[in-house]
Amino acid sequence: MSEGIILQADRVSKTYRSGSHFLTVLKELTFSLREGATCSIVGPSGSGKTTLLGLCAGLDQASSGSVRIAGRDLGPMNEDQRAAVRNELVGFVFQNFQLIPTLTALENVMVPMELRGNRNARRPAVELLKRVGLGERLDHYPVQLSGGEQQRVALARAFINRPRILFADEPTGNLDPETSERIIDILFELNREAGTALVLVTHDLDLARRTERTIRLKNGVMVEEEALATR
Amino acid sequence: MNWILTMAWRDSRSSRKRLVLFSLAIIFGVGALVAIRSFGHNLESAIEEQSKALVGADLVVGSRQFFTEEMAALIAPLGTRQAREVSFSSMVYFPKTEESRLVQVRGLEGEFPFYGEFVTAPADAKERLAEGNFLLMEESMMLQFGAAIGDVVRIGSETFELAGAIRRVPGEMAAVGLLAPRVYIPLAAIEATGLLQYGSVARHKVFIEFPSGTDVPALVETLRPKLREFRLWTETVERRQADLGRTMEYMQTFFQLVGFVALLLGSIGVASAVHVYVKRKIDTAAVLRCLGASARQAFGIYLVQGMALGLVGAAAGAVLGVALQMFFPLLLREFLPFEVNIFVSWKSVWEGFGVGFAICLVFTLLPLLAVRRVSPLRAIRRGEIFEKNRRRDPLRWIVYGLIGAGVVGFSILQTGSVKAGLGFAGGLAVAFVALALVAWLIISAVKRFLPRKWPYVWRQGLANLHRPENRTVLLMLALGLGTFLILTLYLSRDVLLQQVTMMGEGEQPTMAFFDVQDDQRDEIADLLGEMNLPVLQDVPIVTMRLTAVNGRSVSDLIRESSRTIPDWVLRREYRSTYRSHLVSTERILSGTWTGRVDPDDEPYPVSVEKGIAEDLGLSLGDTITFDVQGVPIETVIGSIRNVDWQRVQPNFFVVFPEGVLEPAPKFHVIVTRTETDEQAAMLQKVAVQRFSNISVIDLSLILDTLDSIVGKIAFVIRFMAMFTVATGVMVLAAAVATSRYQRMQESILLRTLGASRGQVEKIMLIEYLCLGTFAGLTGALLAVGAAWGLAAFAFKVPFAPSMLSPVIAVVASAGVTVLVGLISSRGALDQPPLEVLRAEG
Repeated sequence: MSEGIILQADRVSKTYRSGSHFLTVLKELTFSLREGATCSIVGPSGSGKTTLLGLCAGLDQASSGSVRIAGRDLGPMNEDQRAAVRNELVGFVFQNFQLIPTLTALENVMVPMELRGNRNARRPAVELLKRVGLGERLDHYPVQLSGGEQQRVALARAFINRPRILFADEPTGNLDPETSERIIDILFELNREAGTALVLVTHDLDLARRTERTIRLKNGVMVEEEALATR
Repeated sequence: MNWILTMAWRDSRSSRKRLVLFSLAIIFGVGALVAIRSFGHNLESAIEEQSKALVGADLVVGSRQFFTEEMAALIAPLGTRQAREVSFSSMVYFPKTEESRLVQVRGLEGEFPFYGEFVTAPADAKERLAEGNFLLMEESMMLQFGAAIGDVVRIGSETFELAGAIRRVPGEMAAVGLLAPRVYIPLAAIEATGLLQYGSVARHKVFIEFPSGTDVPALVETLRPKLREFRLWTETVERRQADLGRTMEYMQTFFQLVGFVALLLGSIGVASAVHVYVKRKIDTAAVLRCLGASARQAFGIYLVQGMALGLVGAAAGAVLGVALQMFFPLLLREFLPFEVNIFVSWKSVWEGFGVGFAICLVFTLLPLLAVRRVSPLRAIRRGEIFEKNRRRDPLRWIVYGLIGAGVVGFSILQTGSVKAGLGFAGGLAVAFVALALVAWLIISAVKRFLPRKWPYVWRQGLANLHRPENRTVLLMLALGLGTFLILTLYLSRDVLLQQVTMMGEGEQPTMAFFDVQDDQRDEIADLLGEMNLPVLQDVPIVTMRLTAVNGRSVSDLIRESSRTIPDWVLRREYRSTYRSHLVSTERILSGTWTGRVDPDDEPYPVSVEKGIAEDLGLSLGDTITFDVQGVPIETVIGSIRNVDWQRVQPNFFVVFPEGVLEPAPKFHVIVTRTETDEQAAMLQKVAVQRFSNISVIDLSLILDTLDSIVGKIAFVIRFMAMFTVATGVMVLAAAVATSRYQRMQESILLRTLGASRGQVEKIMLIEYLCLGTFAGLTGALLAVGAAWGLAAFAFKVPFAPSMLSPVIAVVASAGVTVLVGLISSRGALDQPPLEVLRAEG
């Protein structure tokens, strides 16, 4: 394994079985990402973006090939071991925010840290929520927050464990352009400050251009890998 | 662990009310178990504490005959104090109102009871028996006849002054008085009534008190040979205690099983509500998994909630049970032969609580297990099948095994027999499957045959029964089982009572005269003639005992250790008749019927009833020697008969041909048929006035008595069945609450699309109406089937119940469902849609 590589995908394939048919949604993808680097995955619907994200983040197992996060091969791990890796190294931001509806904003942010057994999650969580501009809404439930506010809570939750890699699945897909802009700014800001690598799945090519690299998928195959340095 | 607890608490925040509602589904089951177990403990200690009062003496020696001098010599030296009682059936007559009734007359002498209390009103009424011709009467009978203290009452040819009402006789349950009201008179006054002569049917008892510390059972053993020889029976405190304990145990077992059914039903309700709840928590579980929670942690959160649910339900049930326990003495008043002090048996409370919690938890595990298998992928990909390979989850099968073992284990423990336990558990499974099957059939019928031209609200309401996430089968089970239990009871009672009613119809007799002496036959016939009433039957009855069977003496047979003949068959008094023909209730199975014999042709051919012949192990050609009041008579079995005992008319084990028994001391039973109640009352009045020794049995009175006893038992059983119904209502409320969110979203969508509030309400109404109606219908169908089965196979009577009760059951079930459904979803339509949706999150 090369030094400084946080994510390494090697000839990764994913095949689903549907009755007697086999459907391959990802074919032998190979790429890697350095610590602190940013990368976007783009492509039409059904091209395999979300599948790739799921595999890279250890949410699912590849049919063949290997995925390593910080040098650890996810392949031989069981679901609970992968969960431990996620908790330690990975952060998530989802298109539909995925806040736990029964928890307050503060509690939502505390969860990943609490899962590590840390009982002092409150202070860093409050700080992060202040950082994303929600210092006044700590005790609000998700239903009491707007979409943009919910996604900011989700960002705070994603960064609380200072992950080494953050996966964001269409983070602005459910937001208006103005709010999207703010969210993306915060995302890149936190990313830069924490030195976190970022993998972004998006339809939004403007957003994709803000990352250092773009992987373009079509029918489960990588058709193009661009390295952009617009920023 | 701490985090799991914290998360479980936080996560339950918005749904606590709903969770508590789910948990309430088991409270009636747990409540019933706790109440019954705790009350059972109360009973046990009451039997223990009041054991001597249960008999009123240390030993009772009894006989169906007058005590001979030898018997008296055996009994007289026993104990420190003795009291005597002679009881027989006779009529009491109220000169004031000219009414009469068949009662159990008990002549009492001595200070009975030695233990316990003979409760009368006024309290000192019993003392007056020693003062002269005073009489104590069953309180219910005094009320019935409007009799007051100081009234004159006639028994036979003697008059008595009514001294007070009987409230409790030691060791006897109040229900005894329903069957034959008890009347106490001084023993010395019996002779003056002229009712008791040698050979009359009466029970003679001596109550004996021993110094404390006497081993009465051991003493009885030493007397055994003599007691046997004299055909005396005994009752000791220990024996009575054991008998009573066993009876109370049967009762408890029955109630516990009913409570258990309610608990199972409630647990299924909880599990089903949790199933819906968990489905909505799957997304949360997936997010937690994404954030790094292990499967164990995610599962732990919901397991803790499930456990809390069981704890709350079981605790609430235990509280309810303790409260309910207070009502049991009232409920069972008529059937308890002693006072019961109510105290809370904590052991029982914990046991009931534990069983309730455990059963509820295992059932809740079924839906909860799914949480373990939630894929984190669900957080990024909607619609991922979270229940993938659900059936292959080995833990599920372990839980199914636990449930099966739990149900079978509990049943075996309760019934105390593997066979009965398996039978009960199997029966339960059959009932559940049958209910589910009928429910499923009804649903498929609705699905398939729902007319497309029906108005939209009807189609929508009915379609709700079979759409995904419907609770139809669950509610059918809960409500259907309740309806089934209660209706079966009603129908069986109908069948039994109808049978008795039918006896009074057509050419069947309605009134019988017992103890008619030879010289009174013509007078009775004249009396009936005066009133234009027919003599339907005039049956002579001769009492006799067995002395030998196939040449072996009965005393030898009794001593034989390997004998299979029941004791009572050898010892009993046989009341036989003689006639030349068979009657309509009899049919010859084998041999030939002999109508008349020559007195010199001993042994005489007799006809023996099939059952008693089997008990005695006898067949055609075997010989029996009878002792007919001192005279030995040799007989040979000439025929074996089948007898229809269901019909109310004199039936006999042994029938002699004419020509043998005519000279023997005997009495007659004459039966007639009255057409109206007035005629019956008049006949009874005149007969009692003219013939003081004759007992008149009015069939309508038997009907009333039977109705009253069956009614009281049915009330107790119905009370227990109500636990099932109450559970059904709770399950229904919980089910409505769980589907509320989904239904609400639909309703709001419908309203957005332009449906009026009335239409939305109507859709809900139709759904609940159908659910209730179908559940009632399912239960009613099964109840009719069960009642038919009972009638055909257990009671062996024709089945033609009124169809009114099933109709009422269906209407009631529908009404309750609609009511609970509408109450549970009330207010939902009053709020703005957005608020409803947010609050329900």
